[in-house]
Order: sequence, then structure tokens, then C-alpha cells
Amino acid sequence: MAEAIAQAGGGLRTADGRPLGEALAQAQSRARRRAFLLVAPLLLFVLFSFVVPIGQLLVSAFSDDDFARNAPALGAWFEANPRGTPIDEGAYAALAADLKAAKENRTAGQMGERINYEVSGARSLFTSTARNADKFEPPYRESILAARAEWDNPRLWESMRQASSSVTPNFFLAAVDLRRSETGGIERAPEEVRVYQMLFVRTFALSALITVLCLVLGYPIAHLLATLPLRYSNLLMIFVLLPFWTSLLVRTTSWIVLLQSEGVLNDMLVGLGVIGDDGRIRMIYNQTGTIVAMTHILLPFMVLPLYSVMRPIPPSYVRAARSLGATSWTAFRRIYVPQTMPGVAAGGLLVFILAVGYYITPALVGGATGQLISNLIAFHFENSNWSMAAALASLLLVAVLILYWLYDRLIGIDNLKLG
Amino acid sequence: MKKLLVTTTALVGFAFGAQAQQITVMSWGGAYAESQIEAYHKPFTAQTGITVVSVDADNPAVPVEAQVKAGNVSIDVADVEYPDAVRLCDEGMIEPIDHSILPPAPDGTPATEDFLPGTLLDCAVATITFSTIFAYDASKFPEGPTAIADFFDLQKFPGKRGMGKRPRANLEMALMADGVPAAEVYDVLSTPEGVDRAFAKLDTIKSDIIWWEAGAQPPQLLADGEVAMTTAYNGRIFNAAIAENKPFTVVWDGQIQEYDLWVIPKGAPNMEAAMEFVKFSTGTQPLADQAKYIAYGPARSSSSALIGVFKDGKTEMLPHMPTNPDNMKNALSSNFEFWADRNKELEERFNAWLAAN
Repeated sequence: MAEAIAQAGGGLRTADGRPLGEALAQAQSRARRRAFLLVAPLLLFVLFSFVVPIGQLLVSAFSDDDFARNAPALGAWFEANPRGTPIDEGAYAALAADLKAAKENRTAGQMGERINYEVSGARSLFTSTARNADKFEPPYRESILAARAEWDNPRLWESMRQASSSVTPNFFLAAVDLRRSETGGIERAPEEVRVYQMLFVRTFALSALITVLCLVLGYPIAHLLATLPLRYSNLLMIFVLLPFWTSLLVRTTSWIVLLQSEGVLNDMLVGLGVIGDDGRIRMIYNQTGTIVAMTHILLPFMVLPLYSVMRPIPPSYVRAARSLGATSWTAFRRIYVPQTMPGVAAGGLLVFILAVGYYITPALVGGATGQLISNLIAFHFENSNWSMAAALASLLLVAVLILYWLYDRLIGIDNLKLG
Repeated sequence: MKKLLVTTTALVGFAFGAQAQQITVMSWGGAYAESQIEAYHKPFTAQTGITVVSVDADNPAVPVEAQVKAGNVSIDVADVEYPDAVRLCDEGMIEPIDHSILPPAPDGTPATEDFLPGTLLDCAVATITFSTIFAYDASKFPEGPTAIADFFDLQKFPGKRGMGKRPRANLEMALMADGVPAAEVYDVLSTPEGVDRAFAKLDTIKSDIIWWEAGAQPPQLLADGEVAMTTAYNGRIFNAAIAENKPFTVVWDGQIQEYDLWVIPKGAPNMEAAMEFVKFSTGTQPLADQAKYIAYGPARSSSSALIGVFKDGKTEMLPHMPTNPDNMKNALSSNFEFWADRNKELEERFNAWLAAN
């Protein structure tokens, strides 16, 4: 726009003789710079607290140099000898050199641990062989194999070859229950350790279910709140907000008190004679527990956006529809519901995305079958397998972004109203 | 769950007043951490003026590893289990401990001979031997279970079972319940078929298991009636039964004995004081004193002779010790080499097994 003014008013000048357009452009860019300075703290904050950590996360999902760092000689050998080269004396000499250094620096455990992700028993092989690393003499092949015959295992060497480069897609493979085969190809992980695909599916399915439950429970509440006179609705609003303001842990543990087999609900059912004392229903430490507790905890995230959208809807539209002959159901379905869609969309998105990443509630009340993918991410973080945790977390992030994109395509993000 | 217990009884001496020092000791919480505070922390503070802050974790080896890996260590001394001590030492995550600094027994026997065989590691010093047992509520089963197989017998002893949410001890118990003699458990478990067999046995009660994570949980689960029987650390059940008068009975058949050890993380902020603490607390008297507060056996032979009665002044401790001959009829020593090597891998399998419906 500044250019347009500059061209149109080419003859005009400011008091100090500069062309008006130029002066205006300068003033505007100064204002823009000032505005940028105002948001700069926020930008920096977002950069350091959000973009950088997520970037680091993505990077660490691809890299683990526990082995590469400690095995320079083997790394060099693998570099010089492409896949398919027989494992010869040179390789064993490199292994002997690296194990000797590992013994001195006490890093054999770290090296073995990295290989152990893929080849079970590798950890003890590394540590026990490293303990005797000083005794190895040429020819190293015979010497090492005499100490531990397990070194003659193609899978082990393939795994070391992959680990000798610190960048690896293996964690992502593992995160979808795949692994490298002996020849470097990709195959499915053995059946008894497959868990992640199922957990991803469960996480998204349960989150969807919880979102639907929240909508079913929250819609009438929000409608009631929006249509009651303000003094009643404010009172009722407190009942929605009070749990919202209560600590997550408190709410989760109170569900334990209510639902456990010696808990309030079961005691009541036994007292009423609905169930026998030995027929107490298991409502917690399983999927039911996760669904109930999470639905309750996430309900306000559905009610609040719905309420803020419903409140300004004038009742006259529905009345008009009724007066034109629509039944109350038709008027509700065709007039009222479409007007609340932005709230439904916002509440649904909020609840779903929060549910997908939920951790503490399933950990406390989910038992075994109510665990979500976030619980395994936490498990890997706790056990210092950060790359695996990062790979799982990145996949979760990507999945959520894809869903968000789909959502934008189907419903349109502009239709979202948070309040 | 990780609550912070600060020992406030710091009798800071006049001379130390100016440079009052503080160390952080991480342990397992509940009655066990309490026993350490009474037997080690308080006397240590009284003697040296160094305050001891006791913090809890479900398994201190986990935060130790995470802190060292992240290069941000706040723990000075941690109480870990044997396989974790071996593994952390192999990975260079904990400091070597010179055995010659450890105090000799009162009769002059050097520490290296006084400690039970295998309880001094390059980077760790054992304090207690404990055992994983199963316990039941005697008010529910007057004719209680007596053998490890009973734990897996839902027909004879109906009710929920509590088990630790990890493969260790569970797999061994499953095999023993399946008829594997204690002496052969690790031979069987070293084979893939053996692992399958253990998981298959766990499968028979899987839908009735409630999983616990912290050592303080199983007595609570029993007390709430949430489970009919549960695996637990023997000292926790002892504490609930004797100190809190709960009707809990320990079944020693199929018990799995392990050690707890002190380790000092690499880069601990107060290395010298930490060493002092390890030196002090593994002396004959403090180790013997701990048995006053919890039913765990000391790792020194000279301390065993000093074990007397519980802090209530009347309960003899020896019958409640895992090492008492009466309790040792069918006992298994946890194989630390096996678990140092296989723990992570079996944990993955355990997780997959657990999450599957």
C-alpha cells in the first residue's frame, strides 16, 4: 500500500522536503519493527521452549552414539569394508582394540547396551569379553572366539555395523514393531515383543471414544448452562469449574476410591444386593478405569467451548423454525445443532488432542490394559533409552499433525471457536 | 508418589555451624527409608554434622542413570539392587568404592572378610539382604496358602493377586510355582522356552493381577482388601504386621533373596561427604541397628550377631529375617548376572505381554 501512495503522490513532499511516500514507508517500517520487538520475547520463548526441544527430540530419535563413540576402530573397519565382507582378522583386531579401550574407560556396558537393543545377550558378551581384553593376542579372531564363541554371530556384526554410525532409523523401526534382519533388510519384530502398533491403535481408539463420551455428556450440560437464567447458570458453572480447578492427581485418586473393588460404588452395589460380595465388579486398573477417569477429567474442555458458542445463539431461531411447522426434534437438529458446530469442533479437538498425550491418569488407574502409548514413552525415558522414547514421541506428534490436517480439510479450522 | 522426607534432626555442631554440609540419599521410601533414617542418617548427622536429605524413588537406579546421562546429578548416595549396581558399574555411571576405607568389625576383622561373600562390588557396598515373598491376609484365608504354587492357584485361593510391575522376581516365582526347583530356575529361564513357560504361568492369573510399582503399595493393597495376596518385600509386610497389627502372613516358600547396595553416582555433588556416609552406615553397629526397624538382614556377619528385638522391645527379629534357616527351606538367590544382562530385554517383553489384552 505504501508503494501505491508513493506512486500516486509522487509530487507531494513532507515539510523537510522528502517525498511523502518514502517518509510514510519509513514510518510504517519503524512501526512494524516496534511491533516485532514487542512480540520478540514471546517468539524467543516459543523458540526455546517449543521449537528447540522438539527439534532435539527429533534429532535424538535418529541418533544414538553410545556405540559409535566408543568403537572408533570398528567404525573404521566397517567403513573400509562394505556389507558382505567376511568378518576377518582385521575386524577382530579392531574389536580387540575397542574392547581394550572400553575396559580402561569402563564403557563396555554402554556399548553392549546399545547392541543389546537388537541382539539379546550382547550386553554380557561385551562386558565379560572386555574384562579379559588385556589378554587378547594375535591372531585376535581365535583369541576372542576362544573366550566367547558367541562373537561369531552374523546378526551381532550386522547390528554393530549399523550402530557404528550414530545416525540410525532403527528406533523408528522399533517404534512400529519392525527391526533389521541379519542381512540388513527390514522385518517384523518377533511376535512376543510387538506392542507399539497395538498401543498406537489403542491410544487413538480410546481417545476417540473419550471424545465422543465427553460430547454426549457435555452437550446437554452446556445447553442447560446456556439456556438457564444467568444467576442459576453461574451457580451450575461452578460445578463444572470446581473439578477443573482441582488437581489432576486428586481427581484421579478419588476415582480409585470410588471404583476399586472395595470402593464406594462396589460397596453400595453389594449393600443393595445387586451383586454378591464375591462378585464385585472390576472397574479400575483396566481400560474401564482409564475411560471413566479421563472422560471425567477432560469433560470441562468440552463443556466450556460448547457453552461459549451456545450462549450467544438467539432462541428466536428455534422459535421461528417451530412456528414454521418444524417439530422440536427437527428444529433442534437443523437449526440449533449446526449453530453449535464450531463449539463441538473446538471441544472435540481439544479433548482428543489432550487425551492422545495423557499420561498420569492411565498410569494410575489403567492397570495393564488401560495403558496408552504415553506410558511407554515414559517407560523408555525412565530407563534412559531416550532415542526410543523420542522416536515414539515423534510418531505420536506426526500422527496428531496428520489428524489435525485431516480435520482442517474435513471441518475447516476456521470453524473452530474456543470461546 | 515420590515424597520428600527431610530429616530435620540435624544436630549441627558448633564447629560445623559455619559450613553445614548436606547430602542427598535416595532410597525406596516407606518403612524401609524410615529404617535407614533411624539407623544411618540420624546417627551420621549427630556424629559429623552433615545433614542427610532422604528422597524416595520407585527404583533409585532409574533416576541415577538418568541424572548421570543428562550430566545433572543431584543424588549423592543411592540405594540400588544388585543387578542395577553391576550394570551401572559396567557402564561407568557410578564411582568405584575402595573397600579398604570401610570400617573393620569390632573384633578387628577387616571389612573385606566381614561382609557376606559377594556383597562388596567394585562400585557398591551392600547394606541389607531382603527378600521378595508373597503374603496374604490371614482373616481371608484361615487355612492359608503355604507354597508358592498356591499363589497361582485361583481355584483353591480365589481373589485378586498383587504383583510388582516388572519381570524380576515374577518370572522366577512363576517357574517355581510351575514345579521348577529353585536350583534350576535360572537354567530354565536362560532358555527361550523357559521364558515362554514363565509367561505362560503368569498368563493363568493375568486377569486377576493388580500391579504395584512402589514397595509401599503391596501392604496397602492388602489392607484395602484390593488383593487377597500379593508379592512384596518381606520387610514391608513385617512392618505392617508387627508395627501396625495387620493380620498379614508371610509365605517364605519360594522366597527370592536379593541385596540392596549403596552406590555413589558419577559426578555426585558432595563426593567426599557421600563416601563418609557410605563408610559410616556400613559399619557393624549401624547395619545391626537397622534390623531394629525393619526385617532385613545386615550384610555383615559381625552385625548379624547383634540383631535383637524390634523397636517395640518385644518382637524377636530373627524369625522374620529372610536368612533364618526356617525360612530358607525353598529359597532362591536372585541371580544378579542374569538380571544385569537380561533385565532390559525381558522388560520389553514384559511390557508387550502386559499391554496385550
